[in-house]
Amino acid sequence: MGYPHLKRDADTIVVGAGIVGAACAHALAAAGQSVLVLDDRRGGATAAGMGHLVVMDDNPAELALSVTSLRMWKQWQTLLPQACAWHGCGTLWLASDDSEIQTAIDKQARLHEAGVPSELLSAADLRTREPALRTGLAGGLKVAGDAAVYAPNVVNWLMEAGDPATRIRFRQATVSALEAPSVRLSDGTVLNAQAVVLANGVHAARLCPDLPIRAKKGQLAITDRYPGLVHHQLVELGYVNSAHHATGASVAFNVQPRPTGQLLIGSSREFDDTSNHVNVDLMARMLRRAMDYLPGLTDCNATRLWTGLRAATPDSLPILGPHPSHAGLWLAVGHEGLGVTTAPASAHIVTALMTGAACDIEPTPYLAQRFAQPYTRHDTHDHT
Amino acid sequence: MTHMITLEIDGHGQTVEDGITVLAALSQTGIGCTRLSITGQPRSALCGMGICQECRVAVDGLRRLACQTLVKSGMRVRTLSGGA
Amino acid sequence: MTHCAHTNILILGAGPAGLAAAGAAATSGRSVTLVDDNSCPGGQIWRMRPGGQSQASPLASALARSPHVQIHQGTRCVWVAGSHQVMLDAEQGGWLQTFDQLIICSGARELLLPFPGWTLPGVTGVGGLQALIKSGVSVKGQRIVIAGSGPLLLASARTAQQAGATIVRVAEQAAAASLARAAIGLWRWPNKLQQAVTLFTPVHRPNCQVLEATGTQKVEGVRLRQGKREHHLACDRVACGFGLVPNTEVAQALGLTPQAHQGIAVNDLQQTQLTHVFAAGECTGIGGAEKAWVEGEIAGLAASGQWELAQKKRAERARWHAFARHMQRNWPADHSATAAAMKPDTLVCRCEDIPAAELADCTGWIEAKLHTRCGMGPCQGKVCGTAAATLWGWQPPPVGQLMHPCRIGSLANIPCRHGPASSTAGS
Repeated sequence: MGYPHLKRDADTIVVGAGIVGAACAHALAAAGQSVLVLDDRRGGATAAGMGHLVVMDDNPAELALSVTSLRMWKQWQTLLPQACAWHGCGTLWLASDDSEIQTAIDKQARLHEAGVPSELLSAADLRTREPALRTGLAGGLKVAGDAAVYAPNVVNWLMEAGDPATRIRFRQATVSALEAPSVRLSDGTVLNAQAVVLANGVHAARLCPDLPIRAKKGQLAITDRYPGLVHHQLVELGYVNSAHHATGASVAFNVQPRPTGQLLIGSSREFDDTSNHVNVDLMARMLRRAMDYLPGLTDCNATRLWTGLRAATPDSLPILGPHPSHAGLWLAVGHEGLGVTTAPASAHIVTALMTGAACDIEPTPYLAQRFAQPYTRHDTHDHT
Repeated sequence: MTHMITLEIDGHGQTVEDGITVLAALSQTGIGCTRLSITGQPRSALCGMGICQECRVAVDGLRRLACQTLVKSGMRVRTLSGGA
Repeated sequence: MTHCAHTNILILGAGPAGLAAAGAAATSGRSVTLVDDNSCPGGQIWRMRPGGQSQASPLASALARSPHVQIHQGTRCVWVAGSHQVMLDAEQGGWLQTFDQLIICSGARELLLPFPGWTLPGVTGVGGLQALIKSGVSVKGQRIVIAGSGPLLLASARTAQQAGATIVRVAEQAAAASLARAAIGLWRWPNKLQQAVTLFTPVHRPNCQVLEATGTQKVEGVRLRQGKREHHLACDRVACGFGLVPNTEVAQALGLTPQAHQGIAVNDLQQTQLTHVFAAGECTGIGGAEKAWVEGEIAGLAASGQWELAQKKRAERARWHAFARHMQRNWPADHSATAAAMKPDTLVCRCEDIPAAELADCTGWIEAKLHTRCGMGPCQGKVCGTAAATLWGWQPPPVGQLMHPCRIGSLANIPCRHGPASSTAGS
């Protein structure tokens, strides 16, 4: 469809100004396009999440995407303003017993192969590096290159950085329908472009019902300031198991020290409840797990509890690239809990596919085709 | 005849009336500041009724509001510095 | 330790409204649980110390002896977990409290507005000063300036004076003519008129604006403007407040939507839009202890099914509502002078030390949160949010699910399969 005879509002319209949408807009603008970003400003996963920049190795495609993306984050690091609160705290993966130590060893090997250095820690090392952890943990794996960032402010920077001539435009609006390469707003306005990038996270399925995206709700708690209590982002190695339950609710230990000295406590997963109300029992379970690893947390004060919705795909990999059947529609959705980490690489892949530029990473594992019956594509790529 | 109790404030033993708040005990022992703000300014109670959070102090290891916490014999109170 | 408990009627707040509600409901034989975050009942206006006395004492003692009534002081509602369950937190831990009926008597807080130097130790609210004195803070021999606006100024001045302080000035922002209009109409409520007369003090000055609290480590003086003249007064304390704002967080969390700084909407039986939720006292609208008392009685009677007795109190309720309307109409609430007195480095968010200059380009909370940490500290915008709404018309930030900082250990010990597993409210 589209309205080629009408005035174009931009070369590309990006739907969604979360970290992924902003990264796509930034990359497209750097490639010379005029970009219009639309967002309803209700806030999504970017505003709700932890902003953990972490190499994840659950499968090779995830590893490739997160490693490449983290390398891109490091290039941004020196350019980010103070307000983005870059915190080079690294991740400390915790092993509670010998089988988890083996998991740590295997993880180290996989990371090493991908060029990511890490350090195995003994129980004694843990006591020195993180005295607040309970005694009796078997050890851990420190990934010093991981970090944390305040993603909403990175969005601001991405939208404003770059050559003023190719300034990204923003419009607060609700998109009610995709008519790629145009979009229709809730007030009836139609905006026209050469391409539309869908990057609105968990709401993508509303606009594009064939996308296999399911909301996976998470809950977080943040404390008052307790500077110096925790030094690294702490995650239990058992996280991997709990994160991939297809059904039911689960919790895992995941605590991030903010530069303010506040502790950000996660993590939980639930399907099928998309309300923003915190689940009492699940919050209690999550906090008890956190207290188990960090006994001192018991007497800290929480100041806020909130929820967020992750956009989860069946294989936990994002969907990046052309929509299989709607010409002019490009996808950058389904990032689940790794949206902040993989935003730069996601934007790179989508931009490369849209413009025909070289892509630093093999895009096949992330294409939408992997889910569907074979679709026929009418155009190989859009062009600027 | 007011009943007196002893408690520890910032490492020093103090004797105060029973039944007053920790904030009153701080004030009576000449400590006008409950905490330092995140930019290092001295602060004390503003609202007096548990809302503004300016009177946060550590009481026996827990962070509590001095304006709403009654003194107890043997209590250990520490005013907060270092941006809490 | 019990992790959950059930009661027929849960009453939040043991000020005049909550006490009256508990007293009225207790006669019905239903179970009543009364919860209050101070160490003794009485709320703000009837605040007392352990072993002390106030107007709250007779009823508080009677309630303590009543077999159907449980009182939990030092306990606050931190979380609305569902339409019929809240999380309560106290020193010994937290629990999930389920209930059939809820009566919200959460009272009011002071309207505290920023001015240069307001963060100095020794600067408090007006009601805040009263609260401090009544809880044992000594002001003997101290020089105090009381400022801002509202009937509370004179009451607080009296409390401080009786406690041995020297009131150097009562600086009322409102003009003399407005005050006269407010006072003249009081003949309809003789006890209020008498209160006003007895509280009058010769150091009272109308049309008097606070410009700045001065000092380095603590307050040492205050600059005032009276009419066109500015002058500086040395003092040991400055108590500055601009009236009261209803506490409506619990109502908001339940999905009721009081308008910004208006009270919780109720019918003349104190019932909200949720038929099992009642509200009484200052949280439904500022009107003083008498209004709070009769509303509490009505709510307690209605919540416990004593409808005829509740209806009999409507005339008295109407009388005190007329008083509340009179005060609201005749005591001006113009804060433009306060807004004008602010300087770029005047802190607006005290928790996060955010000055006015950082917020100058923001048109509301969404922008403020995009660009600063305003409202992200422990008070979660209760002080700065109210100030921003009053001075700049910002829509207040939505109430967070945790309504007050809470010990993690308390939050963690709350599994409960007890009581009605109602669907959660307010999504």
